[in-house]
Amino acid sequence: MKELVQLLANGVVSGSIIALAAVGISLVYGILRIVNFAHGDYLAFGAFAALLVNVTWGGSMVLATVFAVLATAALSIALELVLWRPMRRKGAGVFTLFVTGIGLALVLRHLLFLVATAEQRRYDVDVFQVYDIGGIRLSQSQLIGVGLSLVSLLLIALLLARSSIGKAMRAVSDDVDLAAIAGVNVDRIVLFTWILAGALAGLGGVLAGLLQSAFDPNVGFVLLLPVFAAVVLGGIGSAYGALVGGVGLGIAMELSTWDALAGGLSPVWKPVVAFAVLTAVLLFRPQGLFGRAATL
Amino acid sequence: MSALTSLDFWAFVGVIAGIYTIFALGLQVQFGFTGLMNFGHVAFMAISAYTMAILVVKVGLPLGLAALAAVVAGILFGLVVGLPSLRLRADYFAITTIAFAEIVRHVALNWDALTGGSQGTIALAGPLQAASYNTAWVDFQTRVGGWLSPILGEDPNKDLVMLFIVWAAALVLLVLVQYVIKSPWGRVLKAVREDEDAAAALGKNVFSYKLQSLALGAGLGAVAGLFYAFQFSFFSPNDFEPLTTFFAWTIVILGGTARNWAVPVGAVIFGIIFAGTRFFEFAPFTLFDSPERAYLRLVIIGLILIALMAFRPQGLLGKREDLVFE
Repeated sequence: MKELVQLLANGVVSGSIIALAAVGISLVYGILRIVNFAHGDYLAFGAFAALLVNVTWGGSMVLATVFAVLATAALSIALELVLWRPMRRKGAGVFTLFVTGIGLALVLRHLLFLVATAEQRRYDVDVFQVYDIGGIRLSQSQLIGVGLSLVSLLLIALLLARSSIGKAMRAVSDDVDLAAIAGVNVDRIVLFTWILAGALAGLGGVLAGLLQSAFDPNVGFVLLLPVFAAVVLGGIGSAYGALVGGVGLGIAMELSTWDALAGGLSPVWKPVVAFAVLTAVLLFRPQGLFGRAATL
Repeated sequence: MSALTSLDFWAFVGVIAGIYTIFALGLQVQFGFTGLMNFGHVAFMAISAYTMAILVVKVGLPLGLAALAAVVAGILFGLVVGLPSLRLRADYFAITTIAFAEIVRHVALNWDALTGGSQGTIALAGPLQAASYNTAWVDFQTRVGGWLSPILGEDPNKDLVMLFIVWAAALVLLVLVQYVIKSPWGRVLKAVREDEDAAAALGKNVFSYKLQSLALGAGLGAVAGLFYAFQFSFFSPNDFEPLTTFFAWTIVILGGTARNWAVPVGAVIFGIIFAGTRFFEFAPFTLFDSPERAYLRLVIIGLILIALMAFRPQGLLGKREDLVFE
């Protein structure tokens, strides 16, 4: 039983970081119909922006995280202005935007490799500090990670549900033309969505780097496929679905290693578990858990 | 400049281009002619290469039989992928196919007893003995080299002989695909690509046609997997990262969507970029050391993809009206 609770806790920790990235991808898809394949590399950019402050400049981890969030949001806006907006103005469709995302992912990741090299990096933090909470043992990084991501996810949910800009976002996601006629400034909503997605990616990247003992510029890309699995699982474009999909996948991946489940799988199979869950769910619910069948 | 005039360099580029022609031809059938956004194409290459190597090393099957079984395995896996995922929307399908390919790669990486794990095929026969699946292939290649000696001279370069074999196979397959696409069956594929509902209204079983197209493309990917395994005489799960699928996409998009003969054109351009890091030892490439050039090459491929999408989404030789999803 104790092992089960520990695994559940680990699952919530890793799942909440997957959810953080998944919500960003889902928001962008909901507003712009872009499946942003480069989102994983936005995460990697965030992780390395924080590394710059924390290790190269010797700043605190808090400062590094704030810097990473701002820098990734700035990158996100810059790419909207120089790449995505011109592409949309040309009338690019789902496929064109998807391939553009793949190209962008290749460019970003390998520029990062060129600048930062393939060396394994770690933040300047105390990795041995472990807390015992009612029998659950979590490291300092894990606690900070799960705390920050759950708070951020809660804020996003509140923003979408309550604020006027959140309502406008949902309106644009439902029907761009109708929202524009109703007086929503669509360009502003698009920029805001990219800021939000970039900021979430920056935070997610730092937390992913924090939770792995060491990372290189592939840190975002290896996370991207489980994140996509979470997005599709929840239903593309549904932010709440991405949240549930992310945490659900995190828990499923951890539970697969549980001894009581037929001896448990070796942790190396976690990605396979994520993809198997995705395929199984899509067999029965082709639109994902929270996706609308009508959009099929 | 010596690299650009050396026969070895161009033979290597040609072999890479030939293997990727066959590989990308499978994607052309699936995407160009049928509109399937398959982003897990590398899985068919991996399944076939591993099936062949395992059957030769562990079961002791003759190479020809093992190769045949490998292509069948690739086609069967195409059906396995298609059955659950072809009913999905295009973007879900794209992500699900990547997921399938990643499952294959992770199984190859972690099922050491079957695949040799991260060490690759060298560990197929167990940890202490180096396994080789291609002794029969090397014999065959030497024999072909003998037949070609009037053209290539005595004892020709290994890559040169491979160049002839791969391109002979590529040409046969190109002609075959051209024939199939021009047939009534191929016209239905295009109809499915243009308008599924209309094709269904005419009584065509859209799902079945999509599945057949996916399987045909999978078979071509499997053949490419065999040549890949023969050319490099050793492979490991790292060879089957999603990147390899993106290379095939680059070739199809660069050459031109729904144009058969554009595939080899795209593949040759890709081959030069791919092999370039090994041989381009003159300015401005000398500013970068060798691993840096490997990264630079991928930055360039990414930029090509973005530029094509922005300025010529139908590719160099494609027609705008054949472009799907616009």
